[in-house]
Amino acid sequence: MNEFFHMGGYAFYVWSSYAIALVVLLLNVLVPMRNRRRLLAAIARRARRARRT
Amino acid sequence: MISRWFHQLGSPRYFYRFSGRLIPWLAVPCAVLMLAGLYQGLVVAPPDYQQGESYRIMFVHVPSAWMSLFIYMVMAGAGAIALIWHMKLAEVIAISSAHIGASFTFLALITGSIWGKPMWGTWWVWDARLTSELILLFLYLGVIALHNAIDDKRTAARATAILAIVGVVNIPIIHYSVEWWNTLHQGPTVTKFDAPSIDMRMLIPLLLMAVAFKLYYAVVVLMRARCELLERERNTLWVSELAESK
Repeated sequence: MNEFFHMGGYAFYVWSSYAIALVVLLLNVLVPMRNRRRLLAAIARRARRARRT
Repeated sequence: MISRWFHQLGSPRYFYRFSGRLIPWLAVPCAVLMLAGLYQGLVVAPPDYQQGESYRIMFVHVPSAWMSLFIYMVMAGAGAIALIWHMKLAEVIAISSAHIGASFTFLALITGSIWGKPMWGTWWVWDARLTSELILLFLYLGVIALHNAIDDKRTAARATAILAIVGVVNIPIIHYSVEWWNTLHQGPTVTKFDAPSIDMRMLIPLLLMAVAFKLYYAVVVLMRARCELLERERNTLWVSELAESK
């Protein structure tokens, strides 16, 4: 197991590559999820306000 | 029948519903293939006879680089469809692709740099492959910046489509750069006409990751396209009904 994380001395290079890839891939999923939630909330707020006036 | 379905898909409301149902069917196989690819690539595949364990960076680097080119072609293709047929959905796919393509180009460059340091002794060289890939990143960023600079979405879509189509000239340059010029970057081992010169145990995880990345792109481009559609259609009845039902 230790040998696996050691990556034959290249641990820093291999794991930093995979870590950066993970962060970028996750961000591309999370950002549109957050945008959609915010957008729908804003549209709903505006629709309610429009009905009151 | 098929052309009717195609027309329906062009309607934002139908596309929003259809893509919402499609996403889980793409996301699950994507996750399965990616986990299988990671296991095969990090655990099963043997170390390289020259590069030792460091070559395992390949399993993110190469699929990312392939995606950076593939997504550019999708973006330019969607841009062309938007220009010719004024199809709103194509405009939305084009701009959504630009963000994801930029991410993959960034990943290809950064993982390549991290791989280059132990193997070539340098983070960066101005050789043809690296420079043309960097230009690809600037093209993506240019498309995004141009789109943000124009308020009217339809005008923005037309302007960015033209930029994207002109930039296609860079794609064959990237692909053939390792053959046309003497580069530090190695030549292709998979995408060439004779049999791939790579061990099967390395080829399998590479292809698993490549397919997983394609599915991943399909998932996130649909997610982004749905947001973009909601924003463009925010004044329509179906969007305000949808927003209020949440």
